[in-house]
Amino acid sequence: MSVPARVAALLIAFAAVVVGAAFIVIHYLGSNPSFVDYTSVAHGGQVNVVLQEDPQNNSASKPDWVSYFVRNPQTRVWEHTTLFKVPANTRVNVTILGYDGCTPPRNNFWSQVQGTIGGTITVQQFKDTNQPLGPPSTTQIFNGWRHCAVGHTFAIPGLNLFVPVASPNASASLCSSSPCTSGPYSLEKFSFMTPRHGGEFRWQCFVPCGGGFIDGNGGPMQTLGYMTGFMEVAS
Amino acid sequence: MATPAAPAASAPPERRHGWWIFGIWLVLSVAADLLIWFAWYPHMPPGVMSSSASHQRFDIAFMALLAAPVVIFIWTYFGYAIVTWRHRAGDEEDGPPIHGNIRVQATWIVATAVIVLGLFAFGTVELIAPAGAGAGEGPAPIWKPNGTTVNATSWSPGAKNTLVVQVIGQEWWFTYRYPQFGGMESTRLYLPQGTPVEFHVTSLDVIHSFWAYLLGVKADANPQVDNVAYTTPKHLGGFIVRCSELCGLWHGAMFNSGKVVTPSAFQSWANSVRAREQGNGTLAALPPYALTYDPTVIPQLGKDLVKVAGITGANGYYYPGQQAGTPGNPVSP
Repeated sequence: MSVPARVAALLIAFAAVVVGAAFIVIHYLGSNPSFVDYTSVAHGGQVNVVLQEDPQNNSASKPDWVSYFVRNPQTRVWEHTTLFKVPANTRVNVTILGYDGCTPPRNNFWSQVQGTIGGTITVQQFKDTNQPLGPPSTTQIFNGWRHCAVGHTFAIPGLNLFVPVASPNASASLCSSSPCTSGPYSLEKFSFMTPRHGGEFRWQCFVPCGGGFIDGNGGPMQTLGYMTGFMEVAS
Repeated sequence: MATPAAPAASAPPERRHGWWIFGIWLVLSVAADLLIWFAWYPHMPPGVMSSSASHQRFDIAFMALLAAPVVIFIWTYFGYAIVTWRHRAGDEEDGPPIHGNIRVQATWIVATAVIVLGLFAFGTVELIAPAGAGAGEGPAPIWKPNGTTVNATSWSPGAKNTLVVQVIGQEWWFTYRYPQFGGMESTRLYLPQGTPVEFHVTSLDVIHSFWAYLLGVKADANPQVDNVAYTTPKHLGGFIVRCSELCGLWHGAMFNSGKVVTPSAFQSWANSVRAREQGNGTLAALPPYALTYDPTVIPQLGKDLVKVAGITGANGYYYPGQQAGTPGNPVSP
């Protein structure tokens, strides 16, 4: 091979490596979901965070993965992310709309509510939007083994917050288009305090809802933007 | 006949290199070992929070005491050789040919054999004497604490009354069950001071590893395996529990804190958790205490958790997709 040909081959190989590295950086590292900022809407030492969990999602690559969504407080649009930001030393009032069906927890200990203010959650079932199946009830435990009633959990281990999220108990078909705006769902409310100091706190689901993966713990369970994320506490 | 040349009368006597090396080595080794024992040992990890931790600290100090003279001998010989037998200007003479030295070889073989066999004996004793040295011994431990008793259903303060704690790993957090307190479960690990503790470590999914560094306890958490480890907390204070087996996305975040408290404070805490979990129904919701758990068997929902009426998640199976069983057949997790 002539010298110019060798130089050309070397340059092409080098360019391929650079392009590959750029692709990895942009595609994987740069594709993290966005943060939803609740700090600007905090008022009187409180902030309201609204989430929903769906049996599927609106992504192009993994549309069949279960997923959380976070509602943007300014636009009121559901964003496909699990990253949100709240102020420090603030009471966070969480509302979760549970659209996904039930899956028993591997450890029924996660059926117990822990770390919320009062140690309770309030749950109300809906047949469809604005069609309650009964009054809300407040409880310290939502037993996912007595009858299949827990869809997922919302847990921030670093704050010792562990909350089972009820699944809808209506017999109608689950919502099939995300973010869900219709179909049966459970409405769950609870509150907790953010720490006085800032920091990032990971949160996750403790129900093995990564269907098709080892022990149900792969896929959406291990991917930011689906069933795990970060709560950033701004000091 | 040729007569050998008489040595030059002015040649200085040959220095006794062996004694010089030995002398330098002895002084440096004694100094190093004194420093190790009196200055370093009191601050060595993992500390003295528990019996197994202090045993480990002693082991590390003892190994350092042994290793220092070996290292110093090599350095001394190396340095002495560089200084004494270095090439000098104008000296073109080769070194004398060496055809073996029985005394040096025998010394080397005997010394290394003594060191290795001594370490074998020391390591064996240090594994047996502190009841497994805080390591997981598997489901049938052979090195147990002497003179202690285990009551399966209750515990009261006492230096001989073993507290049983089950460590359950799950992606990505540890929880702890106390069978002597009604099987209550907690995300916090509290232990009473001066009490022998029997850990039963298991997992509900993949392999984790329970590592309470300051307690000197480390035991793998394998699904369907009961891994037993022992220790006795000696000092009050907090410690960190980490997972030391790469177990997924949040492996690095799988750590929580534990606390060694007084026996009366422990009893008070354990009773309060038990009462709360009895009151809110958690104790009734938990499976009966067992050494291992099969997460696919949930009697309340039906033995074969393949397709349970009412489970509507994903395609209706507990483990959908490739792992899903077929109706009537158990799930293969």
